[in-house]
Amino acid sequence: MNWSWMLPPSFSTVSGDIDGIYYVILWITGITFFITEGLLFYFIFKYRHKEGRKAAYDHGSTKMEIAWTMIPLVIVLWIGVVSKGVWDTVKVDVPPAGLEVIVSGKQFEWNVTYPGPDGALGTSDDFETLNELHAPEDEAVVITLRSEDVLHSFFLPEMRIKQDAVPGQDITVWFEAVQPGDYTIGCAELCGIGHTTMGGKLIVYTAADFQAWSSSQAQQQQP
Amino acid sequence: MSTIEQEMVHAAEGGHHDHHELPFIRKYIFSTDHKMIAKQFMFVSLFFLVIGGLLATMMRWQLGYPGEPMPGGMILPDAMMAPTPDGAIMLPEFYNSLVTMHGTIMIFFAIMPLLVGLFGNLLIPLQIGAEDMAFPRLNMISFWLAVPAGILMLASFWVEGGAAGAGWTSYAPLSASGEWTGVYLGQQLWLASLTILGFSSLVGAVNYITTVINMRAPGMTWFRMPLATWALFITAILILLAIPVLAGALIMLLFDQTLGTGFFRPEVGGEPLLWQHLFWFFGHPEVYILILPAMGIASEVLSNRARKPIFGYHSMVLAIIGIGFLGWIVWGHHMFMSGMNPLLGTSFMISTMAIAVPSAIKTFNWLATIWKGDIHLDSPMLYALAFVSMFIIGGLSGIFMASTPVDIYIHDTYFIVAHIHYVLFGGSLFAIFAGITFWFPKMFGRLMNETLNKVHFGITIVLYNLVFWPMHNLGLQGMMRRIYDFTQYEYLAPLQPMNRFISISVFLLVAAQAVYAINFFWSIFRGEKAGNNPWNSNTLEWTVPSPPPHGNFPEMPVVYRGPYEYSAPESEEDFLPQTKPPSKKPPVQDPIPQPVTPTPEGF
Amino acid sequence: MTTQAMTAGRAPMPGMKVYNLKLGMWIFLLSEVMFFTGLIGSYVILRFAHPDHFAEPGVVLNVPLTAFNTFLLICSSVTMVKAYAAIEQDDQQGLKNWLLATIVIGAGFVGVQVYEYIALAAEGFVPMADAYHAVGRHMPHDGPVVGGQLYGSTFYTMTGFHGAHVSIGVLCLCFTYWRAAKGAYSADNLGGVEIMGLYWHFVDLVWIILFTIVYLI
Repeated sequence: MNWSWMLPPSFSTVSGDIDGIYYVILWITGITFFITEGLLFYFIFKYRHKEGRKAAYDHGSTKMEIAWTMIPLVIVLWIGVVSKGVWDTVKVDVPPAGLEVIVSGKQFEWNVTYPGPDGALGTSDDFETLNELHAPEDEAVVITLRSEDVLHSFFLPEMRIKQDAVPGQDITVWFEAVQPGDYTIGCAELCGIGHTTMGGKLIVYTAADFQAWSSSQAQQQQP
Repeated sequence: MSTIEQEMVHAAEGGHHDHHELPFIRKYIFSTDHKMIAKQFMFVSLFFLVIGGLLATMMRWQLGYPGEPMPGGMILPDAMMAPTPDGAIMLPEFYNSLVTMHGTIMIFFAIMPLLVGLFGNLLIPLQIGAEDMAFPRLNMISFWLAVPAGILMLASFWVEGGAAGAGWTSYAPLSASGEWTGVYLGQQLWLASLTILGFSSLVGAVNYITTVINMRAPGMTWFRMPLATWALFITAILILLAIPVLAGALIMLLFDQTLGTGFFRPEVGGEPLLWQHLFWFFGHPEVYILILPAMGIASEVLSNRARKPIFGYHSMVLAIIGIGFLGWIVWGHHMFMSGMNPLLGTSFMISTMAIAVPSAIKTFNWLATIWKGDIHLDSPMLYALAFVSMFIIGGLSGIFMASTPVDIYIHDTYFIVAHIHYVLFGGSLFAIFAGITFWFPKMFGRLMNETLNKVHFGITIVLYNLVFWPMHNLGLQGMMRRIYDFTQYEYLAPLQPMNRFISISVFLLVAAQAVYAINFFWSIFRGEKAGNNPWNSNTLEWTVPSPPPHGNFPEMPVVYRGPYEYSAPESEEDFLPQTKPPSKKPPVQDPIPQPVTPTPEGF
Repeated sequence: MTTQAMTAGRAPMPGMKVYNLKLGMWIFLLSEVMFFTGLIGSYVILRFAHPDHFAEPGVVLNVPLTAFNTFLLICSSVTMVKAYAAIEQDDQQGLKNWLLATIVIGAGFVGVQVYEYIALAAEGFVPMADAYHAVGRHMPHDGPVVGGQLYGSTFYTMTGFHGAHVSIGVLCLCFTYWRAAKGAYSADNLGGVEIMGLYWHFVDLVWIILFTIVYLI
């Protein structure tokens, strides 16, 4: 059983930043945890009832109130500010696409549409895969995320990517994988009876391998 | 004149009601006495707490032993469990209903009515020196609305299609049409039940707010009110303003399901995100409704059992108000991944980070309260200390999900489930244990058995942490929520042993609650008899007999000081009740100016 | 009965001087504000998000009729004020008369609204209608197709719940009238009338806002 608070390995250009914020928070909350719980247990032990000793008659200290208001406030706001940068990178600043695809979730599968040899989506040479997303490494994959029925959530754990798919909306989500391999696609929003079966595979290739795969797919799925 | 007005005239004429014995039905069933209504809420809510626990037990069976026949499963209908030669295996539709109903029942029918229905009703009039609530008959209506709501909710398990299965958050469009879940009537019963319960909570809130504003005894200024009453007062305001928004949303969803309207259904132009905004605009204040009274209870018990004034009383009040106020502007942190504008994500992150501060302030003040105290480690204190300890964990884990980039990874994973349960179980439920144990003598005239409570506490605190701490790890490994069979995901299959470990801990934890239940019922009849003030407390409820008579106070109480004057130098004992008149000789050390005559006005 | 007596001899906060029933009603009305804000807010959001689902008010709705209805409701608030003023002066007959007038006008408002609903439904404008012909007063019956599901959904929910509140108000007014007939109220004991008035004026205020947003904008 894995009791570690370390995150599993991640493989995208942003995952390092996301994991970094996590570890910053882990340090801060971890230290706070040990100090506060430590004080709690220490006080329980040291000030437990003993005959003849009376409690102190102390109503408070404005100085302490100010201190333990301002210090946490500064810390959490700092965490917020640092987080914003990474958030903007992931959700706001969409890089130019190396590969554009459409991912459409429906009960209970993911349908992925690729642009085909002409490089443009929405043309007759587009092809599809079911429950698989094939992508080249080191290129920004920009996804137009859709849903055909209910809310789903497109989750690439190893890429640290998650975005709800909302019916009636086209939502942009992107990632850039840094290493070829087989990864996971998951659905992270309860979508009905088959929610548990909406797993898929993210397969990242080298650029050359992806080219090869893409061409053969396009040929196979020629109308 | 109206009966309510008659009651007021009665009260004005000396506060004595005719003490004719009420018939059984008026005394125990349709009671207008806040203390009886409090007990009614308590019994019904504890029943639902058990139901909620059983639902979780079944869920954990499936997670610990995926696809294996569940012991006892054969008695459940085929719609829930698929019969096989080896026994009954849980179906995914039933699993989704379990997830949904566990959350719904625990939040709406267990924790909320325990904190607000039990403690609000029991404590508010007694702690402010009133003879009952402002509107006793409305109070009775509040309870008797909650009962049919509960019946409807339970009944939904037996209708065709089963109970609601879209999560306690009931996101649309999944919840808006039975074609997506296979649940039709069950989902509608869920909506109807919560709408009725909403009315119950709403009229309760009107009662509590009016009572606290208008019916405080002479000398009971705002800043002499106990923190439990403050917390319940602010909670009532949150209920008053949040529940109507939920009601509107529930009604719109019900119309979508039954009338073919299109509020949340994109196929006819509706907006799924509108549901989320409405739900969470209610939902976030709701979670503060679920923790504030617990914080109030903890403050009472910690101060009393440490025989020491609450550290920073004014800050504590301001923190309660601050949490109540800030709670309205953070709802979007439940929606970071929803597809709403990322800029909104940033603004909600900032407000969410800010709301950590008042909770931190309270935690530091609790630590400072027991610092240099004279700590009596009896069972209410143990539960209250556990509240602080577990709340620290729950609160700190919240910071991870408040950070939008980290939430990308942990949203809708078991990390969130861990956070929820550390604040709701580790926090609220432990505070409820503390509160029930502490005020048990006031309710029943007898004390609970200390040894049994300590045994219960010891077993529960350990098993509880064995259940919920590893859920942080599961979430960090990427295990998502509401998932019937996570082994379908290759990367999650290694989490099987930890899930089984959690499940076994749950079975033991649920079983161990029998200790508290046995103690509870046994003590009602055979517990050691309690006097007026077994805890040597300062607040007004302890100046009257246990249990208090109808009308509470034989004479109008007069309040001379705040509620936390423990170990005050001018008192021989280590407590100084709020209503004890000040002695004639000037006190040696008097940091708080004491009024010589009680003045009702002013802060 | 003095304020002092009505709060059981406990002096309320300085400046509050408000007895329990009245304070309770104000607090309840606060919750009603949140309820209608939720409904009206949703309408506004949906209207901005999907303007094609909606139509200019006069195209579908009978604005002149509803304007008259608004006038009726305002009149009923006036009669309610007169009822309260009457009992302040211990004028029992005046109280009963003005209450009756309020009931009649209030019921009239509901009646007009019911008629409006029937007329709209007859033209095909119902909560789940996904498209319907323009059915405004001057539109030909085979006029252009306008709107979408959201219009009916929001229109009927908002106005329907308001109508329900008016109807409940009328029932409560009947109860108040019945109490008045039994001599329950006096210049010293008019709390019941006052809180009835508070509720009624609130319902009127909500309608004015609703009418403006739904029928005029």
